[in-house]
Amino acid sequence: MIKKFDKKDEEAGSGSNPFQHLEKSAVLQEARIFNETPINPRRCLHILTKIIYLLNQGEHFGTTEATEAFFAMTRLFQSNDQTLRRMCYLTIKEMANISEDVIIVTSSLTKDMTGKEDVYRGPAIRALCRITDTTMLQAIERYMKQAIVDKVPSVSSSALVSSLHMVKMSYDVVKRWVNEAQEAASSDNIMVQYHALGLLYHLRKNDRLAVTKMLNKFTKSGLKSPFAYCMLIRIASKLLEETEGGHDSPLFDFIESCLRNKHEMVVYEAASAIVHMPNCTARELAPAVSVLQLFCSSPKAALRYAAVRTLNKVAMKHPSAVTACNLDLENLITDSNRSIATLAITTLLKTGSESSVDRLMKQISSFVSEISDEFKVVVVQAISALCQKYPRKHGVMMNFLSNMLRDDGGFEYKRAIVDCIISIIEENPESKETGLAHLCEFIEDCEHTVLATKILHLLGKEGPRTPSPSKYIRFIFNRVVLESEAVRAAAVSALAKFGAQNDDLLPSVLVLMQRCMMDSDDEVRDRATFYMNVLQQKQKALNAAYIFNGLSVSIPGLEKSLHQYTLEPSEKPFDIKTVPLASAPITEQKTEIAPVATSKAPEKLAPSRQDIYQEQLSSISEFQSLGPLFKSSEPVQLTEAETEYVVRCIKHTFAGHMVFQFDCTNTLNDQLLQRVLVQMEPSESYEVVHHIPAPSLPYNQPGSCYTLVRLPDDDPTAVSCTFSCTMKYLVRDCDPNTGEPDDDGYDDEYVLEDLEVTVADHIQKVLKPNFGAAWEEVGADNEKEETFALASVRTLEEAVNNIISFLGMQPCERSDKVPENKNSHVLFLAGVFRGGYDVLVRARLALADGVTMQVTVRSADENVVDVILASVG
Amino acid sequence: MDSVALEPSLYTVKAVFILDNDGNRLLSKYYDTELYPSIKEQKNFEKNVFNKTHKADNEIAFLEGMTIVYKSSIDLFFYVVGSAQENELMLMAVLNCLFESLNLILRKNVEKRCLLDNLDGAFLVVDEIIDGGVILESDPQQVVEKVNYRTDDNPLSEHSVAQHITEKLAITTNVLQTAKEQIKWSILK
Repeated sequence: MIKKFDKKDEEAGSGSNPFQHLEKSAVLQEARIFNETPINPRRCLHILTKIIYLLNQGEHFGTTEATEAFFAMTRLFQSNDQTLRRMCYLTIKEMANISEDVIIVTSSLTKDMTGKEDVYRGPAIRALCRITDTTMLQAIERYMKQAIVDKVPSVSSSALVSSLHMVKMSYDVVKRWVNEAQEAASSDNIMVQYHALGLLYHLRKNDRLAVTKMLNKFTKSGLKSPFAYCMLIRIASKLLEETEGGHDSPLFDFIESCLRNKHEMVVYEAASAIVHMPNCTARELAPAVSVLQLFCSSPKAALRYAAVRTLNKVAMKHPSAVTACNLDLENLITDSNRSIATLAITTLLKTGSESSVDRLMKQISSFVSEISDEFKVVVVQAISALCQKYPRKHGVMMNFLSNMLRDDGGFEYKRAIVDCIISIIEENPESKETGLAHLCEFIEDCEHTVLATKILHLLGKEGPRTPSPSKYIRFIFNRVVLESEAVRAAAVSALAKFGAQNDDLLPSVLVLMQRCMMDSDDEVRDRATFYMNVLQQKQKALNAAYIFNGLSVSIPGLEKSLHQYTLEPSEKPFDIKTVPLASAPITEQKTEIAPVATSKAPEKLAPSRQDIYQEQLSSISEFQSLGPLFKSSEPVQLTEAETEYVVRCIKHTFAGHMVFQFDCTNTLNDQLLQRVLVQMEPSESYEVVHHIPAPSLPYNQPGSCYTLVRLPDDDPTAVSCTFSCTMKYLVRDCDPNTGEPDDDGYDDEYVLEDLEVTVADHIQKVLKPNFGAAWEEVGADNEKEETFALASVRTLEEAVNNIISFLGMQPCERSDKVPENKNSHVLFLAGVFRGGYDVLVRARLALADGVTMQVTVRSADENVVDVILASVG
Repeated sequence: MDSVALEPSLYTVKAVFILDNDGNRLLSKYYDTELYPSIKEQKNFEKNVFNKTHKADNEIAFLEGMTIVYKSSIDLFFYVVGSAQENELMLMAVLNCLFESLNLILRKNVEKRCLLDNLDGAFLVVDEIIDGGVILESDPQQVVEKVNYRTDDNPLSEHSVAQHITEKLAITTNVLQTAKEQIKWSILK
């Protein structure tokens, strides 16, 4: 009857969901008819369905109302309607966590699980196990054991799966059912077999021997269930990995034999297992790859997807193994399932030869608009990788990327493309102009401020040095007219760079600057005014210092210094040279900075390492008069790794002094060291001024002592020195357990390795984005040049790396990358010498038998030039 | 898509759900409680999956780091979700079994209206195919047998029509009887 009413309601709602406007309270109200006698199965069934539907929709039931409904529901066990009973089980499972006292139904369920009605028994077991806890499990243990070996498959399966769920909760009880599970594993029913295998493995997985025995048994006897086979393959490959078994092991043979199974599911599982094995040889991969190849032409999309996804993984490690499938993969490019098509293309891009690139790119462009942004980013990444592999193909790629740039897409997608284009420009100088043109076009209509400013910055850097810089001006000035403040400011900076580099453009840039000075935004006006005035001076040195190469000081350091300056007003003007330099200048090379960036990203806002040292050192009164910290070196180990005492040294350079910080760790648990200091004997005219000992060095707690050294004033070229170091301390033996030291101690000493100070310790790396301008800025006044022969070096790359690490200077203009197949190279290095003098080095390298190097050094200070040349020699 | 090998386990299915052609949830079960713990996250996920899949009948997709196999029928969408490393064919087996079982109990009327009329049957089918993420049964015949579900008798089914006719007939015979009697009496008079 009720059904009829419902039907009418539905029709009124023109066929919409009859459950759509259910009210929880109304349904619970209706649930009262559960208490009526006799029970009306159809009405009750309908209400139970509504309750489960509401739970399924995520409707929240309070504990009281849930409990009330649950107890009313228990009455329905009196009815013998099959569907109603089954819905009761479902309700029990759904409400097990929200209602109280669900265990009230235990006896009813136990009765059903042991009763005569086979239809009830399986579901009753599953419902019962859902509400049973560890203590009650003992009570039903006997029934569970019987159920596992029951001859009715659904009962046995239900018992096995429920046992598996309960392993997490009460492992010890379920463990006792191993024999029953073992018996069930030999059942004829395929699902029972599968479930028994799963339970047995879970119970034994920590016992490798038992797993091996089980595997042997089942691989020999053979199973009927494809699911069970998949499970066996997974167990076998895990075991192979753990035991690092060779590929001649019987387990590998078993997995390989599964490639010939009649079920595709098993064949695929086996192929995928082989592909994922570490250190698989090409020969072992071959059979797996060939079945995957077959799957590529399957009519089932899921199978094609599975195959191409796995092949994609193979291509990462063994691209040559996949080459045989290239034809099949190419057919998949036109697959209606775009996930399959994208995977096929990215696989092909990994395996394909240079000649196939053009064709592939054409095919991608035919459907790239149809795939989701996630896959588009995957495609862009694949292209980016391809550009590095085949740099000569940049023309095709660039064209393709610019087309993609024009399509619609989210920020992530656009950023991926822009990054890709920028990296191509950096890798291939000949692609610079086309790349810049595409980017110019892109910013004409770009809604992402971050991308627009990034591109404007790039234009400012690269644009002025192209053959016809004037064509970029229009694009940049359009931004000044049309965009938001941040973009306008970036555009003004870019304009200034054009004016500074190109004299013939200067008048027009000045006119544009004049207009920018009327801007409504402070930052834009400020920049325009500043650049205007710098440009009007028409001095190369000013341009280089203030337009091309920005500040090289550390920003937190500058902030602190300025704050300090305002606190102590003085007649003296603020000196920027007192501000510590940025210790890790942003490198130009994106590829190199990537790993660093990821590890440092979370602490980006934290002060740099050098700022921390500066803080630590200035808290020691003896060091306060030394001035700002100029440079801190990387730690140098002065002991072997496994010695009694571990000592490492960090060299801090100041304007006229050096502080050596010794981080010492005492690894002897029966000693307490006190008054620890490091005695240093210099080889040159360095003067050891002061020692600051570490008061006490208990077991395994690092402590620091310091030694202050004055650098020789009279001989500025004496930059390198060797110190012989000895650690001196007072030893007090102590109880290893309590750490209680003896009253008396004795003096002892420990010889450390020699410590070297080199020219690199006196030079801080500084990046000059425009080396040429900086070179002109410093001028030729103190220029010196010398030629050296590096006999021991075999390649240009080696020479470049040696020079960089020896001088400790920053390579500019990507000159640290030596192009392939070249016999000569020019390396540009920039840095700041102790005392704040800019140093620039140009090293021309030529490869003959050894490497010949012509070094030209420029600096504001003549001594510095001598120092560099002397140390290179 | 990482390559970390799968821990051997019976827990294959992370979620299964049925949506209508507006992407509304009709039935859904999440077996991995860590996957999307709240209803809001679940519905967001379903919405996302629906938006990406309802236009093209592509059978398989990879979204939010999960492999999703799906199938549509008239105004219904069936989804089975597994981890990225899961054997896609196992998930397909589950999806096919779900679809075929419903096809059997709904007598080939796999559409929203019919499913909602027999929602209890659908709940029971899902319960028989997957238990807590473990594939319990993959043969639709077996599932239907275990559920043993009868679709609702339509009020106009053969049985009731027959009954209706008998009743009608009974009344007619009654009328005839009375008429006969009356004629008999009138003749006797």
